[in-house]
Amino acid sequence: MTGTTLAPTPAVTSASRRRSRLADPAVGVWLAAGVVTALGWLVVAARGGDFLTQANVVGILQNCVALGLVAVGQTAVILTGSLDLSVAYLISLGTLVAATTMEDGSVLTAVLAVLALSAAVGLANGLIVTGLKVNAFIATLGTAFILRGWIEDNYTGPAGKVSASFQHLGYDRVGPVPVSVFLLLAVAAALWLITRRTRFGHHLYATGGDEHAARLSGVRTRRTVIAAHVLCSLCVGAAALFLAARLGAGAPWAGTEARYDLESIAAVVLGGTVLAGGRGGVAGTLGGVLVLAVLDSVFNQLGVDPFFKNVVRGVVIIAAVALYARRGSRRPA
Amino acid sequence: MTTATATPAPHKRLARMLGTGAPVYALLAALLIVLAVTDIGFYEPDRFLAFVKRAAPLVILAAGQYLVIVCGEFDLSVGAIVTAGVVAAAEVYGSYPDAPWLLVAAGLLLAGALAGLVSGLITTRLRVPSFITTLGMMLILEGAVFYWTGGSPHGQLPQDFRQLGRGTAMGWLPWAVLACLVAGAVAVLLMRSDFGRTLIATGDNERAAALAGVRVHRARVIAFVLSGAAAALAAVLVGGFSGVSAQAGRGYEFEAITAVVLGGVVLGGGRGSVVAAMAGAFSLQALFTLLNLRGVSGALESTVQGVIVIAAVGIGAADFSRLRRRRRTHSPGGTPS
Repeated sequence: MTGTTLAPTPAVTSASRRRSRLADPAVGVWLAAGVVTALGWLVVAARGGDFLTQANVVGILQNCVALGLVAVGQTAVILTGSLDLSVAYLISLGTLVAATTMEDGSVLTAVLAVLALSAAVGLANGLIVTGLKVNAFIATLGTAFILRGWIEDNYTGPAGKVSASFQHLGYDRVGPVPVSVFLLLAVAAALWLITRRTRFGHHLYATGGDEHAARLSGVRTRRTVIAAHVLCSLCVGAAALFLAARLGAGAPWAGTEARYDLESIAAVVLGGTVLAGGRGGVAGTLGGVLVLAVLDSVFNQLGVDPFFKNVVRGVVIIAAVALYARRGSRRPA
Repeated sequence: MTTATATPAPHKRLARMLGTGAPVYALLAALLIVLAVTDIGFYEPDRFLAFVKRAAPLVILAAGQYLVIVCGEFDLSVGAIVTAGVVAAAEVYGSYPDAPWLLVAAGLLLAGALAGLVSGLITTRLRVPSFITTLGMMLILEGAVFYWTGGSPHGQLPQDFRQLGRGTAMGWLPWAVLACLVAGAVAVLLMRSDFGRTLIATGDNERAAALAGVRVHRARVIAFVLSGAAAALAAVLVGGFSGVSAQAGRGYEFEAITAVVLGGVVLGGGRGSVVAAMAGAFSLQALFTLLNLRGVSGALESTVQGVIVIAAVGIGAADFSRLRRRRRTHSPGGTPS
């Protein structure tokens, strides 16, 4: 819970212009994170364990990083009313490119290579969605298939080796806090600033809210959607770099095993961002990621069957979104 | 939208009949021609029937998915329903080796319909976006199946249960083809009935449909129920020809949605025909077959699939917008876009 007070407060003041504080899902999800943590602490304590140990809290935060990075990027895309299903394979490919480049080159080249690859994939996604007018679902699914073919054709298993200096990103700590958490917070803060404080950010919301109206009022909606896709993919690239540092090598299953595509969308929606676009934000998404990570940790502490965990996950996601929908219907915006 | 006021010229009537599905029929025809050239024996009856048999589960899934998509929703849980169905059947036979296959299959269909009912009710009554509802349903079903079987499904499906997937009627007609034909006919009849029209109206404009007296919630719930049942039927077929596996239905949800969209059905609902959606499924299967025959390595297969799907949908979208623009410039007061 050490990170809970960092991001949301400014977002709330900005959002409260439109609605009361408690009706804002971004606040709701942070409250939910608090409640889930408290409940988890109670249940674990009742079993004779200790939930809020430093090691455990650090573990939870560390588990937030990869999904958090992807989900923050996904938020930008979903805000414009688009969607990115290619993130899982992009992560896998990113770790592979990072590790194989690092094997014979410098760390900097590898980082640049991964970011360049991500930007290119994001650009392709954006261009297909806006230029060819392919529905984002199909466009990014198609990109995902293309990336999958690339991975399966070139890599049969783990490849490359991450240099020791780069593994600091995955394992070092500043005091008790892992370095990677700062990476997540930095990316999230940057995206929060972009979405809430820049003209481009307002364009994101406008495009997602009503594309036609936005275009008529002079927003270059195509450019906005393309830029959102590039931003998202760059975040995914950051997640890939983190995972590469963590795993020590590139892994073809790095992104698909954890289902980052669907999980990240679930986290974004859990955080109160509307799938149709135009409402929500990065602060809520971080809360959604935290809820999922805390749940995961509670289950691990209780020794719950990992498959049963999925069942509960599904129920929690549906229930949480149902709660927003109920509240939204009682207080129409 | 598509009904013209004046008597249409023959080619226009044909275009109207094909509707937004025109690109997929062209794609399917092209693929079938290329297949004939690549592989001389492709149209020998038994080989062609084998092709249809392999396509059957996807076609049935696409028909079910069409119903959900045309009323403006998604069903991401169909792959999980297929997996769950196959594994559940194996578990049932593990406990009751002598269970009659018809009873087990009927039980699966019922269970699939029930999963659809739950998704539908959550989507309509609790107003959860169906993307999230069915995603949650997918997690729940997959988790539950693995939890039940302890991580690795075991057991076997007896011969008579697998008959529907791998056997033939009268010695030459695979049961799967028959099931596919029946499911397709039911879907077409359904879409021609009042229910089909209300479904399309719901997807096109929910509010207008509701004001016109359509019970939009009920229509959507029924669509989900039918999609769940279709997925269960696909599970029976898949279990029949590939046996028990934890991967049985993996990826089917995306393939079904791809097939439907390939058929020119607009995500968001209200447009497109079920026949075109099923043609989309056949096109995908033809594509896989062709890639196999051409010796494209299994890995690159998905790359080619991705490119072709994007291209096909892109061409469909481009054609559609150009047609619309032309119509718009003819009508007085049309705004340039």
